Amino acid sequence: MNESEFLKTVMPFKDKVFRVAKRLLISVEEAEDATQELLFKLWKNKSKLVEYNSVEAFAMTMTKNYCFDRLKSKQAANLKLVHSNYKENGISLQNKLELNDSVDIVHQLIENLPEQQKLIIQLRDIEEYEFDEIAKMLDMKPTAIRVSLSRARKTIKEQLLKQHKYGIS
Amino acid sequence: MELANIEKLLEKYLNAETSIAEEKTLKKYFSSNQIAPHLVEYQTLFSYFTTSKSEKFTKTIQLKSKKRNWKWISVAATALLIVSVYTGYQKNQEYKAEKLYTETRDALGLLSANLNKGSNAIGQLQHFETTTNKVFKQPKSVKK
Repeated sequence: MNESEFLKTVMPFKDKVFRVAKRLLISVEEAEDATQELLFKLWKNKSKLVEYNSVEAFAMTMTKNYCFDRLKSKQAANLKLVHSNYKENGISLQNKLELNDSVDIVHQLIENLPEQQKLIIQLRDIEEYEFDEIAKMLDMKPTAIRVSLSRARKTIKEQLLKQHKYGIS
Repeated sequence: MELANIEKLLEKYLNAETSIAEEKTLKKYFSSNQIAPHLVEYQTLFSYFTTSKSEKFTKTIQLKSKKRNWKWISVAATALLIVSVYTGYQKNQEYKAEKLYTETRDALGLLSANLNKGSNAIGQLQHFETTTNKVFKQPKSVKK
């Protein structure tokens, strides 16, 4: 596999990798670094790529693992502070006003979900993968994914309804 | 799309039982302008999904390792370190030698100055002795 062939296989899903990484790592710079790193890892293992029937699914699994690793190592260092700051802001009045901005509202709601649900929402509702594809990427049973996804969607819906009512009254 | 159908789809959606095609129908419905008023809050959700999908990775993909540069930088740094330590050592030796030289020179200078003083004194002493000899030796020879 030469460079142009590799780029041809990678191009269709590089944006997906980036979006998933951004969903999990929150910051754009972190997500860009992660994408770069992952594509480079794929390139180094290019000889093995032929063995996989779906490079894309493999890349997604790698992305997931990489991001979770990053989060784990960051949590030990400084991300905890950032995270707690974030939650504190969530309660403040100023943030509630900001939340009325319709796009931010959903973004924030998804951000508050547990990592796993966040990832599943991203893969299903934004990237539109089938359940068995997601199951392969995350190494989970499709039923477990459905349960998790349903929970996430319901949480978001309830929060949205709450925000909506709050906005009216 | 009739409203009852959308409501049914939403129910299925929340239970995660919709197919990709059905979810696309929902996304399409909520991107239109004719949304039933009691479903408005879903609009933000589905439009968020649609807009999120358009985000792109804009940076150029680098396939060359950055790590190789580090290796060469470290080699260069090591070489620089060795050279600087070596020249520093050399300079230090020079400085030490110079210091030693000036110290010995000063010491020798001091020594010779004192020696000169001493020999002057000895000269005087000799002078004194010859005069005493003149004074005291004559009576001796007189006695003889």
